[in-house]
Amino acid sequence: MSMETTLSREDIVRLTERIEGAQTRAYAIPKLTDEYPAMTIGDGYAVQTELRRRFVSQGHRHVGWKAGLTSRAKMQQMGVNVPSIGFLTDRMARPENSAIATGDLVHPRVECEVAFVTKAELAGPACTRDDVLSATDYVLPAVEIIDSRFSGFQFDLESVIADNGSSARFVGGGRARDPHELDLRTLGVVMEKNGEIVAMGASAAVLGHPAEAVAMLVNILAELGERLPAGSFVMSGGITEAIAVAPGDNVIARFQDLGSVSMRFVA
Amino acid sequence: MNDETIRHHGDELYAAWRDRRTVAPLTERAPDITLDDAYRIALRFIDRRVAAGETIIGKKIGVTSKPVQEFLGVFQPDFGQLTSGMVFADGATIDLGTLIQPKAEAELAFVLKQDLKGPGITAMDVIRATDYVVPCFEIVDSRITDWKIKIQDTVADNASCGVYVLGESRGDPRKLDITLAGMVLEKNGELHATGVGAAVQGSPANAVAWLANTLGELGIPFKAGEVILSGSQSPLVPVVDGDELVCHVGGLGSCRVKFSGRSAA
Repeated sequence: MSMETTLSREDIVRLTERIEGAQTRAYAIPKLTDEYPAMTIGDGYAVQTELRRRFVSQGHRHVGWKAGLTSRAKMQQMGVNVPSIGFLTDRMARPENSAIATGDLVHPRVECEVAFVTKAELAGPACTRDDVLSATDYVLPAVEIIDSRFSGFQFDLESVIADNGSSARFVGGGRARDPHELDLRTLGVVMEKNGEIVAMGASAAVLGHPAEAVAMLVNILAELGERLPAGSFVMSGGITEAIAVAPGDNVIARFQDLGSVSMRFVA
Repeated sequence: MNDETIRHHGDELYAAWRDRRTVAPLTERAPDITLDDAYRIALRFIDRRVAAGETIIGKKIGVTSKPVQEFLGVFQPDFGQLTSGMVFADGATIDLGTLIQPKAEAELAFVLKQDLKGPGITAMDVIRATDYVVPCFEIVDSRITDWKIKIQDTVADNASCGVYVLGESRGDPRKLDITLAGMVLEKNGELHATGVGAAVQGSPANAVAWLANTLGELGIPFKAGEVILSGSQSPLVPVVDGDELVCHVGGLGSCRVKFSGRSAA
């Protein structure tokens, strides 16, 4: 993947402010490529990096990363062969079994993921699945609440990367487990909304193995000149399709061998 | 339907199975056919196979997933009978020439160690009576032209049962989470689909309990040693010469099947 950039520093700052406004005040905007059709993936990451710099300077703690577009179906849909990544901060974290407000989100959707917590630094290029497993402190079940800030979820890869991979909120929970004690490829997952099963799958839906998605994420970080420090929290990508949620909805994600994660949504 | 019509359709489906050809949907030719008629036709079809030398060794449950139920417009499963001529061992190569229009699906099979007779059976009774579970492939096949089935067609056609392959990895349902066990289906070495036990009626044990109760009303018990195919956890996979499928079930093991030759339709 090329990280070539074409936008001026001034344009990157302008787009970052546009994204920051949409994220913090929860409104939808047209995709960025409508105005900047020549925008590249590198430009998208430049906006995302500037957004991260701003959040950190405002006192948000950068806690980790997420991989997105990790299923073959989504990659084909977007015409890419690598996942996208986004950063995660403490402000996006919500406790297990809590009430999550949707008033400050545009059109939230939930998906089930296997999350990793690292105990050693990981650096690309050429980071492998085994490197990831060796550097993993523990894995845990997680639910990501994604929220595209683009009108009608209409976006392209450049825009969605600038929008931090649609990251909005996340909930980790369940049981922390040593990944060497599990078959991370065949973990079954069921998502229920208001007591009804709405999505199902097994963890191989994420690039054949969730640790593969983390390795790819580390290799993308290398292209951006970054490493994954020890102690990072990494979400490896949706096993299930994203399901829309609204105030009043109760969601529980049940994972084989990892327990469950629950939450409810309020206005 | 009167007994003679039931026999006629049962014999017709038996002959279609034996000669590897299809017949027009019964629901087109006899639009008033009921589900009860369809089960009686299926019994006649199986009686003919038993008369020709096979034995009944278990049951299969079909129409267990929400998408299939919605497609067929029915909101309960159906069932068919497994005969001794249908079973293949893990890793077997199936000659497609013995089938008409096959499709594969991955599921969990239960092997019982106790009789189980409904009504009144719960999922807890199913676990209690289960000797072990194994990953399995069911190769469904239809004697109805182009799979143009309504629920009465597939029920009469022995729930579209073709053949099945039992994996060698045996699991104790007391040690395995059969509801949350993930299912990963690979076709020719590539990931094809994923699923989970809960796709079948919330849990495969619920489907087996449903069948124990349904058969119980007809006075038919499950017998110790019988195999019960609990319902598909994967989409239907069409198969052709040279295809190899593997399904892996989390915490349990895998089952493998290959295909050669050409099917009749």
